[in-house]
Amino acid sequence: MNLTLKIWRQQDATATGKIVDYRVTGIEGDMSFLEMLDVLNEQLIHKGEEPVVFDHDCREGICGMCSLQINGEPHGPDRGVTTCQLHMRKFKDGDTIYIEPFRAKAFPVVKDLMVDRSAFDRIQHAGGYVSVNTSGNTIDANAIPINKDDADDAFAAATCIGCGACVAACKNASAMLFTSAKVSQYALLPQGQVEATDRVLAMVNQMDEEGFGNCTNTGACEIECPKGISLENIARMNREYLKASAKG
Amino acid sequence: MGGLITSSIARKVAMALSGLFLVFFLLQHFTINFTSLFSAEVFNEISHFMGRNPVVQFVLQPVLIFGVVFHFIMGFILELKNRSARSVKYAKYDGGANASWMSRNMILSGLVILAFLGLHFYDFWVPEIAYKYINHLPEDATRYYGELAHKFESPVRTLLYVISFVFLGLHLWHGFASSFQSVGFNNKFSVAATKFAKAFSIVIPLGFIIVAVFHFFNH
Amino acid sequence: MSILDAKIPEGPLADKWTNHKNKIDLVNPANKRNIDIIVVGTGLAGGSAAATLAELGYNVKTFCYQDSPRRAHSIAAQGGINAAKNYQGDGDSSYRLFYDTVKGGDYRSREANVHRLAEVSTNIIDQCVAQGVPFAREYGGLLDNRSFGGVLVSRTFYAKGQTGQQLLLGAYSAMNRQIKRGKIQAFNRHEMLDLVKVDGKARGIIARNLVTGEIERHSAHAVVLATGGYGNVFFLSTNAMGSNVMASWRAHRRGAFFSNPCYTQIHPTCIPVSGDHQSKLTLMSESLRNDGRIWVPKRIEDAEAIRSGKLKPTQLAEAERDYYLERRYPAFGNLVPRDVASRAAKERCDAGFGVNKTGEAVYLDFAAAIQRYGKEKALTSGIENPSPAKILELGEAVIENKYGNLFQMYEKIVDENPYKTPMMIYPAVHYTMGGLWVDYNLQTTIPGCYAAGEANFSDHGANRLGASALMQGLADGYFVLPYTIGDYLSSDIRTGKIPTDTAEFDEAEKEVKDRIEKLMGAAGQHSVDYYHKKLGKIMWEKCGMSRNEKGLKEAIEDIEALRADFWANVKIPGSASGMNPELEKAGRVADFLELGELFAKDALQRKESCGGHFREESVEQDGEQKGEALRDDVNFKYVSAWEYKGEPKNAELHKEDLVFDNIELKTRSYK
Repeated sequence: MNLTLKIWRQQDATATGKIVDYRVTGIEGDMSFLEMLDVLNEQLIHKGEEPVVFDHDCREGICGMCSLQINGEPHGPDRGVTTCQLHMRKFKDGDTIYIEPFRAKAFPVVKDLMVDRSAFDRIQHAGGYVSVNTSGNTIDANAIPINKDDADDAFAAATCIGCGACVAACKNASAMLFTSAKVSQYALLPQGQVEATDRVLAMVNQMDEEGFGNCTNTGACEIECPKGISLENIARMNREYLKASAKG
Repeated sequence: MGGLITSSIARKVAMALSGLFLVFFLLQHFTINFTSLFSAEVFNEISHFMGRNPVVQFVLQPVLIFGVVFHFIMGFILELKNRSARSVKYAKYDGGANASWMSRNMILSGLVILAFLGLHFYDFWVPEIAYKYINHLPEDATRYYGELAHKFESPVRTLLYVISFVFLGLHLWHGFASSFQSVGFNNKFSVAATKFAKAFSIVIPLGFIIVAVFHFFNH
Repeated sequence: MSILDAKIPEGPLADKWTNHKNKIDLVNPANKRNIDIIVVGTGLAGGSAAATLAELGYNVKTFCYQDSPRRAHSIAAQGGINAAKNYQGDGDSSYRLFYDTVKGGDYRSREANVHRLAEVSTNIIDQCVAQGVPFAREYGGLLDNRSFGGVLVSRTFYAKGQTGQQLLLGAYSAMNRQIKRGKIQAFNRHEMLDLVKVDGKARGIIARNLVTGEIERHSAHAVVLATGGYGNVFFLSTNAMGSNVMASWRAHRRGAFFSNPCYTQIHPTCIPVSGDHQSKLTLMSESLRNDGRIWVPKRIEDAEAIRSGKLKPTQLAEAERDYYLERRYPAFGNLVPRDVASRAAKERCDAGFGVNKTGEAVYLDFAAAIQRYGKEKALTSGIENPSPAKILELGEAVIENKYGNLFQMYEKIVDENPYKTPMMIYPAVHYTMGGLWVDYNLQTTIPGCYAAGEANFSDHGANRLGASALMQGLADGYFVLPYTIGDYLSSDIRTGKIPTDTAEFDEAEKEVKDRIEKLMGAAGQHSVDYYHKKLGKIMWEKCGMSRNEKGLKEAIEDIEALRADFWANVKIPGSASGMNPELEKAGRVADFLELGELFAKDALQRKESCGGHFREESVEQDGEQKGEALRDDVNFKYVSAWEYKGEPKNAELHKEDLVFDNIELKTRSYK
């Protein structure tokens, strides 16, 4: 199939960017979206132009590196997949596709379609851990039984890949789903209880400092999340936060 | 006000709680209005009680006004903050793909409701205050029904009220159910609670519309 | 006597590690504050090492090319992590895990290292649970295990199909704690371009800031390389797009010996290549072979008809199918080890029986399993005389419960419903057992330069067991390196900060800049991917699943010629100052073009077949094992360790003889 691409090009963080039109031909349905961009980039290199820069790495939907706002949706029109696993058979010959970086004040553009998501890292630094030394002297792994449902819920929250689609989809560029997934994972496990109060306060505080917007419960994040992280986590974080605030 | 409550979650909870308070007020307001459909006497009686009871007048009324003002101001602050969280807009943004129109346009439905409140205050609250506290007119426990009926003689006003109630419904459709999530209520009762909230957001505005339309045709 | 000293501690096997820990020198806490350590790579090995070293009090700098340490490719590991916990009470022990690992590696690994790995494996699970890693649990609240890769015990801990992700996020959380404490400085979107040696010791690195293009100097008292494997030398592999050999190769050029480069694990159950556009391959968990039957058509005409789309696999009757693994290996059938299954698939496809349009795919069929489960389910649910449709429905539900997410992933990629039509699979490069030579302390032949995880050669011999990569990465990082590195650093407590304004740093930086300039200044004919694909094709065809002398010799010549062409004609648009992914790729491919040649040279000298390395000249000539891999313990019971001498073809081979005091060497048989 042949496609028209409208791609955001921006030289670096300080430059002003603009949408540039490209044509690609000979795209097959079996290609992933990123392989389609590979084809475009080969064309551009051949012509001596700079290829389009975008983040990607594992290309199997787990590293969370790939992003892209495709036709107004993070990771494109398919559900439950990252851009690297979005296949071109979801598009038709002659389609025009808008490709933009994930937009948020907290995610400044690095170049073209690549954004800086280090705000997520800083939220994790603020409290995304259990303070336990790696001495090998911890108690036996089976010393504390954990209710299977809680363990499964903690796992479901922990599958967040940190791609930022939740922020990109949210009309307020809120990072609540990301932050709450991490808070939830620890809130559901006994190992996370000891530091629960400090953790949620610190992580929410950092999230606010990064300049993300507020959650207005539109639910867009949950729908666009490639890993299906549930809104329940946000409710849980709200609870944890209220509990922690009451404790002081 | 935004400075008082600084964290995003605290603001969110404040929005939810003030919203829930207003939802409760709506229910109360609707119940009184609804009596006007079948009994002018009952309506007058309750209205008179509400208008003259010192607790209602000097405790509940200021609280309500504070609640309304708080909800609006906080709504504006959040809207401004949220807009600034995405400084460069998308060239193409398909909001409808993942979120309802209602949830994305709370500020719009909110503004319509604010405008309506202006009209509503102009219609009822201002004359009422003037009657009681400025002009110190004599008490008349039977005047309320007549005042109400009089207002809905105008087709324009009736239409404006109907439109406003539609927007109130849209606002409630997202806001009411969403407030549970904001305060951290998400468990096995959530589905039922959400259904109730959605039903409420249809029934109550529809009821207000019926009252308005009833009085329009009832003279 | 070899110049290689593995520094294996004295004493009985089971006591070596404990004795060693008791004897090595320690650095006191006050002095640790004055010691800097660089960790390159933030996967399971690097992330866990960085966190633990920082926790001990060293000043750690981490480097990764991704935008966050959490994205290292360890994250993609699916199956699980082995540990000799014996929670199932099925007879597991450190010794048994040790034994399985050495045997699985076809007796080409060091006994002492492997035993230590098995010993510390239990600590890993305790550690991860304490960190809040949500492993799968049973209803009683205790940890669940499964058996993996044909071993006789259930020792694999898992978190659905995302074990690597959960373990890496665990290590990353430990890093977060140290970042917050200020003990780790994370340099993300940075790539190590060279190792700096001062007085023969590793004292720092030259790195490029991938965002600004700036070349930076970083000094330290020791450098840990935890940069993973080099599977991307094949272009197509299950590795991430950015996975590369650069850090290891730069260290190799500075004097670190490179071991067993030819040992490559080719995983049998990957989604086949669909066309020339393919950029990477996706692994399907090995667990699928527990229920799927692998086959190709018996008649070559049928295979041709399927390839051209005239025939559907479901139209072929049972008698027209060749279940070649069940035919060749009646005892193990579809569950033969990875290397055997991979080679058998290649053999059938080379003979013309492949079933997709590229001719490189075989079927993995769940129809029989669906029937079997359907009937079982009907029986246990008390359904009498179930209709065929009911059996199908029940059976599909069971399969969905077990493999639902894999089937869904397959359908997303291939656009075929694997419940209705057999899956197509083909082997793909997955893991490299070879890597930098290290001694028992994980130190390379450069003092102060350590290698951990997949980047070193140490524990898996010629073939890695399933669910052991995660175990080794975390064992190295959490429990081995933090002890052994102290022994080396104890002599550095008075050294003070290593200055970066010295001649050694000047020289290394200049070399890096010259190399970048040379790459940017090439004639500009073809893109980097053009060369990478060509290299991959040579590697896959001549150094892939089976190798022979003629092919390997050709490969050496071909790669050398391709390398010359690359340096003369590669085309890199843009500039070196600023973000330039093409330049990053070019640097990586340039190193693959050297490693690839050494790879072929290593495969050429190892005239035996062992583990993932299969030499067509070395097969059993008769008896029950006729045609199977023939190991040669008399001549090849050693680790090859290559010393850099200018060009790959001049590399000098050193041998570390492997001594087996505790295990009897046997032939692997799956008949």
